[in-house]
Amino acid sequence: MGSPMKVRAQMKGDFADIKILMSHPMETGQRKDPKTNQTIPAVFIQQFTVEVGGKVVVQSETGTSISTNPVFGFKVKGAKAGDKVVVKWQDNKGDSRTDEATVA
Amino acid sequence: MDILRRTVLKGASASGVLAAALTAGLLKPTQVLAMEWNKAAFEAKDTPAAMKAVGAASAADSKDLKLNAPDIAENGAVVPVDVTSTIPNTLSIAVFIDKNPYPLSAAFNFANGAMADVALRLKMGQTSIVRAVAKTSDGKYFTASKEVKVTAGGCGG
Repeated sequence: MGSPMKVRAQMKGDFADIKILMSHPMETGQRKDPKTNQTIPAVFIQQFTVEVGGKVVVQSETGTSISTNPVFGFKVKGAKAGDKVVVKWQDNKGDSRTDEATVA
Repeated sequence: MDILRRTVLKGASASGVLAAALTAGLLKPTQVLAMEWNKAAFEAKDTPAAMKAVGAASAADSKDLKLNAPDIAENGAVVPVDVTSTIPNTLSIAVFIDKNPYPLSAAFNFANGAMADVALRLKMGQTSIVRAVAKTSDGKYFTASKEVKVTAGGCGG
């Protein structure tokens, strides 16, 4: 069920700076296997959410044109050190992953 | 009532009911996020169609929407971009790459204190205009764009 993500959240003044590194191939469906000349099917993250302190702060829908092992950065006001950050993603094949971090 | 339940559980119609529920998206096998993926927008093949599918058919240029992207991307597979909106009450930001096979790259909705500020990494097949579209709570759309030159594409293989 997906590889672990790296989630880092740090207070910078009045907002929490959240960085997320997801581990996912993000296959576009445009590439061909050079040996078989068959198109490699698309496998990509379609949706993810970021929760801080139990509230959803970011909801996202993504397509195939996001880099392999996607990186996202967000800024959240009203967060405080110690708040729990929960990131969940789901891909087009139904695979999903949830990871957590704490605001530092 | 019990007879009906049995029919649903055991009868020939059971599979039909389940299939209908599956296609309606009610019972996706591993649905963890209760959101709809905007298939029409993500599968649109040009930016105007994709923008229309997200509801942003007309968007005004805005200096308060900032799109930071490199002038030249040596590697189209990883193009760092960040989008910041200082337009009051920005609810969501979407990112489009005009010349990619499917221009809509991502859409973000912000709530509960999240600032309209997102950093992400795009895949670009070739030199193209990268476009950000912001939506405000009163249903207005604003846009900003920048051309990014790609010297090695990130979509082919």
